[in-house]
Amino acid sequence: MKLNACIIGSGNIGTDLMYKLERSEVIELTAMIGIDKESDGLNRAKERGYQVFYNGIQALRDHPDLADIVFDATSAKTHLRHAEVLEEMGKLAIDLTPAARGPFVIPAVNGNSYLDVPNVNLITCGGQATIPIVHAINSVADVSYAEIVATISSKSAGQGTRENIDEFTITTRRGIEEVGRADQGKAIIILNPAEPPILMRDTIYCEVKNMDEDEIARSIDQMAEKVKQYVPGYRLKQDPLFEGNRVTVFIEVEGAGDYFPVYAGNLDIMTAAATRYAEEFAWHMLEKQNAKSV
Amino acid sequence: MERQGEIMNRKSERPIKITEVCLRDGSHVMQHQFTEDQVRRVARELDDAGMHYIEVSHGDGLGGSTLQYGKSFVDEMKLIEAAVDECKQATVAVLLLPGIGTVHELKQAHTLGAGLVRVATHVTEADVSAQHISMACELGMEAIGFLMMAHMASTEKLVEQAKLMESYGAQAVYVTDSAGAILPHEVHEKISALKESLSIEIGFHAHNNLSLAVANTIAALEEGATRIDGSVRCLGAGAGNAQTEVLLSVLDRMGINLGIDIYKMMDIAEHTVGPLIPRPQEINKGSLILGYAGVYSSFLLHAERAGQRFGLDSRDILLELGKMKVVGGQEDMILDVAAQLAKARKLEV
Repeated sequence: MKLNACIIGSGNIGTDLMYKLERSEVIELTAMIGIDKESDGLNRAKERGYQVFYNGIQALRDHPDLADIVFDATSAKTHLRHAEVLEEMGKLAIDLTPAARGPFVIPAVNGNSYLDVPNVNLITCGGQATIPIVHAINSVADVSYAEIVATISSKSAGQGTRENIDEFTITTRRGIEEVGRADQGKAIIILNPAEPPILMRDTIYCEVKNMDEDEIARSIDQMAEKVKQYVPGYRLKQDPLFEGNRVTVFIEVEGAGDYFPVYAGNLDIMTAAATRYAEEFAWHMLEKQNAKSV
Repeated sequence: MERQGEIMNRKSERPIKITEVCLRDGSHVMQHQFTEDQVRRVARELDDAGMHYIEVSHGDGLGGSTLQYGKSFVDEMKLIEAAVDECKQATVAVLLLPGIGTVHELKQAHTLGAGLVRVATHVTEADVSAQHISMACELGMEAIGFLMMAHMASTEKLVEQAKLMESYGAQAVYVTDSAGAILPHEVHEKISALKESLSIEIGFHAHNNLSLAVANTIAALEEGATRIDGSVRCLGAGAGNAQTEVLLSVLDRMGINLGIDIYKMMDIAEHTVGPLIPRPQEINKGSLILGYAGVYSSFLLHAERAGQRFGLDSRDILLELGKMKVVGGQEDMILDVAAQLAKARKLEV
């Protein structure tokens, strides 16, 4: 028994997500919805036997049975329009844009806290990679200030990321505070055009109130293992550095190489997190249904 | 001194406008510890000397006060407000790097009286500046594109990216030699190619790491650039920028008068800015390596600190960063590379 899902948005994120969902045991991808007939994502979806639509969210209005779960991989502005339609239709919206309309979800931190809300937001790729670490440090050392620097290869930064760069920094900062629980947050994103493209890398700086190097290092390791369960290429680049009340952590994210080559860990961590959350939701729904039928 | 009119052969008839960057680029050298009094005095005297634009921001632009780049001693918004307050004729300018600062900080700076913004991206990433350039235009500010680390891209690529900024509404685009690595013949090539392809103004921002800042700025003017930058006493990242009082003197000798009092500029350098500078802005081994290896100038002090922390020669760190093609803003790589170099050395021993 699987739950039906569709993807709106056929850019880098939407297309990479298609490959992730293909491997899911509880999610059945039915369709990819876009607006650009020429898009590579829609062509690939068609080749792989999914229904494809070129008229955006209208497709879902015309075929409401396509999906119970709708992944939105368009843009922040577009998602705000979609969110209302999806809520009216009673669909679960998993939002991969930085629109930040629904509560913030990071599977390793609060994976099953919001299974009954109609719209959840995945913050940003930088947020998915760094906020778990902020949360891990905060849980043992109380973080007063956390700052993250996400560096991604230019090639992996699609049009959405580029047009939404302010939304990226602002939404990530909010996530650092609301999910990571730092008193104050700050986010920076850098695009690096080096060839061959660099792996996604993230640096996390935390200022803490209760410094305990061993406890902090242990907590970080545990959290990294948790993230690794759904993003296998997630790893600490070296041991955390300590100086006074400051902890510095270096992360590297290697992608699974689905739509983009492995350097695009930033795409991978978003789509892997979305898939993991959707699966949690699906298990939850299926359990409910089973309980009823017994 | 005797002069025979303008002896420089300029390929543009537009007037030349100069921006003094010591209160922004110099923020790196000051490790972002400028006080309000210092900013007030420098801005007041520059304004009195006739400076056209005075840039005030954290060294890494609006929102740059971070652990990554160094925290500001005084909130940059306070410093911008103070500079605006002191200026009778000069326009206060700000710098914004998308990804670090946002349109929110831009609006705040505009409200405080900043009249011009330079929106800076890596030379190949101009499309992240669209939001900010168009917002600046909407606010009625002068909006200028700043293509950083310009030595890393071909002239063809540079022209393509400059055209993007022009299409977003920029009134000028700068070739920004963030690493102080561009050679004079490359300045000629790049500026003349832009002059042929753009209808907006062209600017040039130099760093003096290879002792070419003034010469390169002159080369840019010859090819038709009309926006230039300088820092008094070379108070800018690395070995500083084109030294403003020197640049103005050279221009004067070439018959170009920007309406700025050179004597007063020399006095500012001697009595106001000179005493502020923690150490002479000469070209030392660190700044020379920046220009030689093509590394972002503000990395210098961070690399020196990391060198001390891990017992390394800062040149080794900077050379490694150059090899990795690290771009502006990636200061976190300095610590990462230094820690790894130190670890590798220990293993070797």
